[in-house]
Amino acid sequence: MILVWLLVVLLGGGVLAGLFARLHPLLSRSIALVAVIVDLVLALILAVCDFGAAHAVGSRWLEEVNWSWIPQSGIQFHLGLDGLSLLLVLLTLFLGMVAVLISWSDITTAVGFYHFHLLLILGGILGVLLSLDLFLFYFSWELMLVPMYFLISIWGRERRTYAAIQFFLFTQLSGLLMLIAILALYFAHHQATGIYTFEYQDLLGTQLSPHMAMWIMLGFFAAFAVKLPVFPFHTWLPDACAEASTATNLVLTSLMAATAAYAMVRFLLPLFPDAARAIAPVIIVLAIIGILYSAVLAFSQTDLMRLIAYASIGHLGFVLLGIFSGSPLALQGAVMTVLAHGVSIGALFLIAGALEKRLHSREIETMGGLWDTMPRLGGVALFFALAALGLPGLGDFIGEFLILIGTYQVHIAAAAVAACGVLAATFYALRFVQYAFQGSNLHSWRLPDLNLREATVLGALMIALLWLGLYPQPVFRTLAQTASHAQAFWR
Amino acid sequence: MLRLLWLVPAIPFASALTLATMRLPRKAVAWIATCSIAASSVISLLVSIQFLTNPPSTGACIQVLWKWFDVDGLRPEIALYLDPLSIIMMVVVAFVSFLIHLYATEFMRGDDGYGRFFAYMNLFVACMLTLVLANNLLLLYLGWEGVGLCSYLLIGFWYRDAENGRAGRKAFIVTRVGDTAMVIGLFLLFRQLGTLNIQELMRRAASEWHAGSVVATAAALLLLGGAVGKSAQLPLQTWLPDAMAGPTPVSALIHAATMVTAGVYLIARLHVLYALAPQAQFAVIVVGAATLLMGGLSALTQHDLKRVLAYSTISQVGYMFLALGVGAWPAAIFHFMTHAFFKALLFLGAGIVIESLNGEHDIFHMGGLRKPLPVAFWTFLVAGCSLAGLPLITAGAFSKGWILWGAYSAANGSVWLWASALAGVFLTSLYTFRMIFLVFFGEQRTQVAHRPGHAMHIPCIILAFLSIAGGYIKSPFAHFLSPVLSWSPGAMQGVSFSETVSEGITALIFLLGLYSAYIFFLRRRDYAAALASSSTGRVLHRFWFSDWAMDWLYDRLFVRPVVWAAKTGKDDAIDGFYTGVARLNELTWRGMSRTQSGRLRWYVAGIAAGSIVLIAVVMFL
Repeated sequence: MILVWLLVVLLGGGVLAGLFARLHPLLSRSIALVAVIVDLVLALILAVCDFGAAHAVGSRWLEEVNWSWIPQSGIQFHLGLDGLSLLLVLLTLFLGMVAVLISWSDITTAVGFYHFHLLLILGGILGVLLSLDLFLFYFSWELMLVPMYFLISIWGRERRTYAAIQFFLFTQLSGLLMLIAILALYFAHHQATGIYTFEYQDLLGTQLSPHMAMWIMLGFFAAFAVKLPVFPFHTWLPDACAEASTATNLVLTSLMAATAAYAMVRFLLPLFPDAARAIAPVIIVLAIIGILYSAVLAFSQTDLMRLIAYASIGHLGFVLLGIFSGSPLALQGAVMTVLAHGVSIGALFLIAGALEKRLHSREIETMGGLWDTMPRLGGVALFFALAALGLPGLGDFIGEFLILIGTYQVHIAAAAVAACGVLAATFYALRFVQYAFQGSNLHSWRLPDLNLREATVLGALMIALLWLGLYPQPVFRTLAQTASHAQAFWR
Repeated sequence: MLRLLWLVPAIPFASALTLATMRLPRKAVAWIATCSIAASSVISLLVSIQFLTNPPSTGACIQVLWKWFDVDGLRPEIALYLDPLSIIMMVVVAFVSFLIHLYATEFMRGDDGYGRFFAYMNLFVACMLTLVLANNLLLLYLGWEGVGLCSYLLIGFWYRDAENGRAGRKAFIVTRVGDTAMVIGLFLLFRQLGTLNIQELMRRAASEWHAGSVVATAAALLLLGGAVGKSAQLPLQTWLPDAMAGPTPVSALIHAATMVTAGVYLIARLHVLYALAPQAQFAVIVVGAATLLMGGLSALTQHDLKRVLAYSTISQVGYMFLALGVGAWPAAIFHFMTHAFFKALLFLGAGIVIESLNGEHDIFHMGGLRKPLPVAFWTFLVAGCSLAGLPLITAGAFSKGWILWGAYSAANGSVWLWASALAGVFLTSLYTFRMIFLVFFGEQRTQVAHRPGHAMHIPCIILAFLSIAGGYIKSPFAHFLSPVLSWSPGAMQGVSFSETVSEGITALIFLLGLYSAYIFFLRRRDYAAALASSSTGRVLHRFWFSDWAMDWLYDRLFVRPVVWAAKTGKDDAIDGFYTGVARLNELTWRGMSRTQSGRLRWYVAGIAAGSIVLIAVVMFL
């Protein structure tokens, strides 16, 4: 039941936040914040209490809800939570809270409408992470899309309409391919067994000809590849990040990418193990190209938001590599990278947003010498830049190290080339620190340093990243069961 | 007492965190920073004494702090490993760090980033101690990257000058090139041997790999990549001279005494692996011998006092690599120790000189400073003699003599290596006394603006004492280290001579270098000028001065292509494809909308033509 409450609290909170904004914007903000925090507490309760119990029972799911929805078509309202989804639910709610907090003073127009959409997206993300029915999964997947379109197109910057339409076209078209693939799987399953069902567990063992499996798998992959995003389907992301507001960017990169990676692990690999294995070499090559390509492009950007967007694409290239390398080490590293990337890239967006608010510019070439006037912001930016370049002791390093060492067990050359991607991350991360904060204060900036709210949020993100880097064992313990399941399908 | 080992790196970590997060008055900063390192050195001494009086039966003790993670067979721990090798490294690092911190409290007094400076310095010490105490290669790598980070931060400490930032990034990126090779080496070791625990790795390597096997060679070479980067050896030495942009205590601590010897420590720590890979050992020899000569020649041409010392460091670390390559492991560690004393002292002395002349770096603008700066002069002289190897008295002579003897008599040694190391002795003696004569002798050219206080003098005096006394502990040192690192002279080929003969010849060569420096740089400066302005002299001078044109080469080979690619690719060529699709749609739309003209006859004609085509299709197909 608690899973349903997770969704109800978010969606209900969204509706209330939308309605009460008429009274006072602050009310809307507070309702949104409370809803997300209540949800976060619920998820933490799940994490603390249920974990031991489920291990004792030996069940696959820590929590499960299975209601009949449209029985005629074999559609169930089926939610399930295991270690993998639990970790990502926690990430979503944690960053969701951050998103509400950083919108506090950023968003001043249509506050109610904004929070309604923000919570709707978070609800959609939780739906994706919890659905065990492909129909419900697709429904949640699309639920993320429309509110995101509005977030970009209403609260964005000058070219927001262009960016929003581009985002919509990319995700909608690829989502359509996934819908076709889901239906094809649905009918293929009926053909084989005579039962119409969207149930994940039932569809797992569906007999498909290799040819058919490949096409259906590609349909799923299209949707996930656009959302992750995978080179060469990534071009919408920098455009969107350049136009959207800070909180939107956080959701767009940190959380949407998490859903895509999750969906690959949860659906794509188990449903089509043979097809995935067959296409893995191609995807690994795409991942490596993506890692190197995005590092070089991040190095060349002058718009801070675009720079971070490319940095994000690079990290997600590692995630893709980890998922498709077929090594259990790398797979768990990929999940770790999703978590750490969510925190570190999210924090970089926050920093970029804080800079933009003060300077009214995101061009790093107009900055310079900001350490003089904002040493705290500089120190925090340095910290997260170091996380992005994979400094040991911070979360990103653990993820990338596991991905690379796991990949090395299987594909030596791939791991060696991808390791150069870590080196290339140094270039853009240091360039960012240099241009923004070091050098002389040419424009004689006199700016306020971090305020209490910003400092608290960024401090929390720093602690999270240090924890992931120095004592990540709880994460891997939570993940162990799911990882062994995923591995069974892969072999 | 051994239980307290974790405090050795933990105290500097804690004080770094304190200094980074809190705004404190200068006095408090100085006290916290220096006392934390002092506490760390005292604890490291206590732990060592305990270790010496009550040696553990296994010859080492391990302190597990917590399990880092445990994923599918990869189980690194946050654990410290104490054996004679790590004891020596730990004590030297902690103690030299303490002296340099003490010096820096006065040296940095006028700087507005006082707290930030000491936060970085403390963090550096913590990372360096983690590096030398790490029980597994992953934790070692954490310390390894951590010291690289602090090096970057401290080189670019005076961030307002973009040039310093550039030097810092260069150092970080060049060393990270080596680190990338190193991390691939870790992958290889884990794949082949299934662990990253250093002792376990060495045990398994010795039992599973035979000498000269391909995997052993590959692993040893990849790790050598990391060592070469961090220790500024050929071909990745280019970052160290630029790193002198940092404050002088940083150069003394990081870029002379401790961090640049991390590569030496790595190879010594993994010497079992290198013993299994003769080709990799040979590569270490080549790197060491080439670097010690190259660094010596470059040092001879520099004008900047700190750059002379930087090339000297490159050259001296080359000696250590040579010792490692031939298999004279303890000699390398002994030279690390003496070098830490005298090179740190040289930098501290240089700091006093430069500060007293208001930031003048050019040795040709100095002179006659012997009188106004007596303490600096005498300690600098002692350190210089130790560096050049003044026989029988100085520590440097003992350690270098050991390396020379090893280069000749060790298992992989030969007369040629001995001869090249001997050539290095001549160069060292020549450039050291060139520096000393130019700075402290001759006529005084500039007025001394400022005289240092006690906090700067005391570390110099202590280090000067160590630069002499350090040499006399050679045999207890070798004995203490022998359970971990030992060596014995191998079969000598060709001409055979004894250690005494080798030392005698070394002493003569030292005197020759000293005499040449006296002639060229004190007595007849015009000789040196004439030599440098002859046609070959000029070419060689330029070549050596510019670090053998390697910066230029790397700039053309790597930097420019990457920057070019980034500039050209800035607008993301892939996006062009999607924009093209969008354009195509727009064109089609324009074309189609033309047909909606509102003219009835066109519509009729269209319908008629369409019908005809449809009927034709139906009829003929």
